[in-house]
Amino acid sequence: MIKTLIKSVREYKLPSLLTLIFIMGEVVIEVLIPFFTADLVNNIKAGAPIESVIKTGVLLIALALISLCCGGIAAITCAKASSGFAKNLRHDMFIKIQDFSFANIDKFSSTSLVTRLTTDVTHVQMSYMMIIRTAIRSPMMFIFSVVMAYTMGGALATSFVVVIPVLIFGLLFVSRKAMPAFRRVFKKYDKLNESIEENVRGMRVVKGFSRENYEKQKFAKAADGITEDFTKAERIVALNTPIMQFCMYFNTVVILFLGSYLTITSGGLKVDVGQISAMLTYGVQILMSLMMLSMIYVMITISLESMKRICEVLNEEPSLVNPENPITEVKDGSISFSDVSFKYSETAELFALEDINLNIKSGMTVGIIGGTGSSKSSLVQLIPRLYDTTKGEVLVGGVNVKNYDLNALRNSVAMVLQKNQLFSGTIKENLRWGNENATDEEIVAVCKLAQADEFIETFDDKYDTYIEQGGTNVSGGQKQRLCIARALLKKPKILILDDSTSAVDTKTDALIRKGFKEFIPETTKIIIAQRVASVEEADMIIVMDNGKISALGKHDELLKTSEIYREVYEQQTTGGENDENA
Amino acid sequence: MMKTPNNNMPRNLPKGVPAVRKFNGAAFKRVIKLLFKSYPVLLPLTLLCIIFSAIIATMPAIFNQQIIAAIEDWYLSRDWASAKDIIIPKIITLASLYVVSLLSVFTHTQLMAYITQGFLGKMRKSLFESMQNLPIKYFDTNKHGDIMSHYTNDIDTLRQLVSQSLPTLLQAGIVVVSVFFIMLLYSIWITLVVILGVFALFSITKTVGGGSAKYFIRQQKSIGKTEGFIQEMMSGQKVIKVFCHEDKTKENFDKVNEELFKDANRAHAYANLLGPINMNIGNILYVIIATVGGIFLLSDGFVNISLSKLFGREIIFGISVVIPFLNMTKQFTGNVNQLSQQINSVVMGLAGAERVFELMDAAPEVDDGYVTLVNAELDKDGNITESNKRTGIWAWKHPHTDGTITYTKLEGDVRLFDVDFGYTPEKTVLHNIDIYAEPGQKVAFVGATGAGKTTITNLLNRFYDIADGKIRYDGININKIKKSDLRRSLGIVLQETNLFTGTVMENIRYGRLDATDEECIEAARLSGADDFIRRLPKGYETELSNNGSNLSQGQRQLIAIARAAVADPPVMILDEATSSIDTRTEAIVQRGMDRLMQGRTVFVIAHRLSTIKNSDVIMVLEAGRIIERGTHEALIEAKGKYYQLYTGAFELE
Repeated sequence: MIKTLIKSVREYKLPSLLTLIFIMGEVVIEVLIPFFTADLVNNIKAGAPIESVIKTGVLLIALALISLCCGGIAAITCAKASSGFAKNLRHDMFIKIQDFSFANIDKFSSTSLVTRLTTDVTHVQMSYMMIIRTAIRSPMMFIFSVVMAYTMGGALATSFVVVIPVLIFGLLFVSRKAMPAFRRVFKKYDKLNESIEENVRGMRVVKGFSRENYEKQKFAKAADGITEDFTKAERIVALNTPIMQFCMYFNTVVILFLGSYLTITSGGLKVDVGQISAMLTYGVQILMSLMMLSMIYVMITISLESMKRICEVLNEEPSLVNPENPITEVKDGSISFSDVSFKYSETAELFALEDINLNIKSGMTVGIIGGTGSSKSSLVQLIPRLYDTTKGEVLVGGVNVKNYDLNALRNSVAMVLQKNQLFSGTIKENLRWGNENATDEEIVAVCKLAQADEFIETFDDKYDTYIEQGGTNVSGGQKQRLCIARALLKKPKILILDDSTSAVDTKTDALIRKGFKEFIPETTKIIIAQRVASVEEADMIIVMDNGKISALGKHDELLKTSEIYREVYEQQTTGGENDENA
Repeated sequence: MMKTPNNNMPRNLPKGVPAVRKFNGAAFKRVIKLLFKSYPVLLPLTLLCIIFSAIIATMPAIFNQQIIAAIEDWYLSRDWASAKDIIIPKIITLASLYVVSLLSVFTHTQLMAYITQGFLGKMRKSLFESMQNLPIKYFDTNKHGDIMSHYTNDIDTLRQLVSQSLPTLLQAGIVVVSVFFIMLLYSIWITLVVILGVFALFSITKTVGGGSAKYFIRQQKSIGKTEGFIQEMMSGQKVIKVFCHEDKTKENFDKVNEELFKDANRAHAYANLLGPINMNIGNILYVIIATVGGIFLLSDGFVNISLSKLFGREIIFGISVVIPFLNMTKQFTGNVNQLSQQINSVVMGLAGAERVFELMDAAPEVDDGYVTLVNAELDKDGNITESNKRTGIWAWKHPHTDGTITYTKLEGDVRLFDVDFGYTPEKTVLHNIDIYAEPGQKVAFVGATGAGKTTITNLLNRFYDIADGKIRYDGININKIKKSDLRRSLGIVLQETNLFTGTVMENIRYGRLDATDEECIEAARLSGADDFIRRLPKGYETELSNNGSNLSQGQRQLIAIARAAVADPPVMILDEATSSIDTRTEAIVQRGMDRLMQGRTVFVIAHRLSTIKNSDVIMVLEAGRIIERGTHEALIEAKGKYYQLYTGAFELE
């Protein structure tokens, strides 16, 4: 896992390395300072001349300044290294995701991808910063301080023999105990927050059924449970302070006692007042570095989960790749399915499509009808090779889709997805997704064809109207028409509309279909619809049921042969010619 | 050191970076008051322990001074035997003080953990309770994410405030004061040097900290922008693939990403600088004190001034004063630093507290209703009497000012007279609405989004109150009816189905908490949900989570209908209850609905005209006015708006 992540450091290896080096410099000097201060103190006590005191003082200030420089440079390089690392991680993930196939995207879901790209990266960035700064600093500080303490203080350092193991043991104990406790509470805490969210969202239901008191009681019970668990966990963590204090205090007492004893008995030869004071400083440094280490330990364990999730994205293999010698030209818009079966994942029990055989001639208009879950969308998604078949093959223009260059295939097969989306930007910018180099005239032409020109002209900024994120400032029907125009701009050989006119009124819907017939007769048109009216005039209508083709034919034939088709038709006509304007 | 999982590290400014807000005195007072009220004994005890251990923390300086003074006296003679009589008692005193301090530290940290969590638990509960009492308007006008962030981010800053900032503030404050006092006790001159040093330290950290705050705010914006971009692209990823737009997207992403990197880099660089600056200026100060102390000591003409004279026992200036000063300098700067940092986080914490209080103080839904819904029986004369059993007959219990009580049978007769309404006083969205729905009638509303259909239903169950006009329910002004009873008598099924975490059975029972399993299953059968529920892996005991995401839209809607059915209300409101279901599934749902509607007064809103054709009356709404009303046949005959809609000449948005 670490290996995968480290790959993203790249050009920020140098700042990372510099951080390490300068931190080392800082630590070495920081450890030296008490050593020279001890000298200074001893000199003063011994009544040395002022000049020598000033000399040592200047040396010490110089050391502190160098340490400041080292620390400062490390701070800057560290910021660069960690922000850069985060940038690269985001970049690498984003690039990887762009190569994902539909199957890969389904596996992760878009919200989870967003979290991975944002929160998870931030966690890793923070950990990385911690690691290159503190994780090097603390052990070094620890080692140097211990070494200095022994060389300088000799017998005085014996107190560390007691204190260090106590602290290490104490901190380990606390973090070992606290981590799982916290993990458990956080899970519960997440659930609690979910239930609050549920309440906020469903407040009309809560109030509608007068369930306020019921909800309060339910919540109070859950919240009390969490408070109890949190208290338990926090109390374990709260042990850290007294443990740390104990070590400090113990150290102080022992050093003061041993120090005064040794100083007096040796007449200041073995140990002197300067050493006593230095040993107290080293004591603080040693204990603090251990404390920091335990914090890093906790921090890294927290971000482990994030690291894992990032690696999952980075290590995911795109399930669809270009063939080796791809065909880059799609001859015509003919489509054929032979013995096609398909399931969304290898582990899925049921096939989404089973034994599909189908022949569509170039330029035909094909309608597809069927209930939800009848796999209408699954069927058409195989044509631009958004998914690969599990069994059998799909041919476009007489060639297996697997042999085409993916871009070439998808540029010839324009698909208007059921769950479609416009992006923030002007209408023109959005439409040019279909063809970057489209002229304004071409844009207007496709918009007329998609019956979008009329309403665009009513906007103040016409084609330069800004579409908000998610297309919230246009209505459902307008959005659908813009999506169709965008697809048309590709001048595709095959045009697939997956329930793309559901929010468009029947009259406009009919106008769009009429336009298709007149202006793009060579293009094969596949229309998935809920309304029978939308497919009635098609050259061929496919009735889907439970992943199979239940019936196939023209409108009149199907009314006689297909019970499903007749049922839907009757329900819609007796219910009123106009349906679902929703 | 642990944070909640919704860890927004980049959002909270790091330690030492000044917050850009002002200290909120009112919120501070309120937090303190609440804390004292919740823990009248434990909190003062905790504070006492904190003060105690803080004072003891400054003691070593005094002992250091005395012990080193003793060493100075004896080390030339190497007479440990005499020295020990002075030194050992001092060390023993120090050690026992330490033991006491340890005990109090242990006590206050444990108590603080207990108090903090208890307090947070209390806050969570009262937040939730206040929230439940808020009117629907609050939820309509505040973003759900914002409401949620009271429970997550704001509670988290409160935790920080109570468990860390406030105690540390107290502790550091006491240490600073006592150290300052001890310093003065030893030498005013050196104290002056220390103060100068601290002043210098502050002017530097202030500059750096200010820069950091500025860039953190910029980074914040950058993060927002990047997240927005990522969100848009991830949700449109399939569209990107279909249009082979991957390369272009990558390019755009790199631009946004680079921006974020630049801002993050600057923000972190400044924040990181604070550490070494504090550390090393502390070191420099340490050295300066040592040197200056040495110079003073070695200069013949130096006269020390100290407060020790005031206490009658003058401390002789010597190495025994200089050495404790070294440690005191560190302690002093360290704690002054702590103080300034904690003041920042206190300010941020109080901002969080204020947001929590805002929600708690939001005006609750008022209910002046006094007419209640009671179980009733008919005696042999046909008079209604109150019953304490569930009789299946309900009556409105109407107490009058003269002390008499009248009972009116619950029938489901709803009438609106000349009703005007606006969500804000400036903008009226409903004008002169008159509707008469007799018991058992089906009333349908048709019209474009924003025409006011849902608004009417919002008025019926008093999610909102009318501005003008009158609404009568079984002849009673609905303002007189207790809201909970009014709503109990109205069943609603909304377009957006909200299910709760729990089993299918629990979700259905939500409609009537005392319904038996059999009654729930019966309701499911009535609404046509029983069939699919039985086919779920665990039938009625199947756990639903995340708003029933493991079910299809149609299945969710069926459960919502069953939930309304089990409540068995005389009046039903169906607001687009079947809108996003495909026609084939709708046929099933529709059958359930039809059975449910039988014998009830029903208000239906639907886009699909097929579902409302058989209504007793259809109201066509436009811009808050009823423009046409009548049966389907009559309206078709009239060849008005309804006719246009029906024939597909119009698109409803």
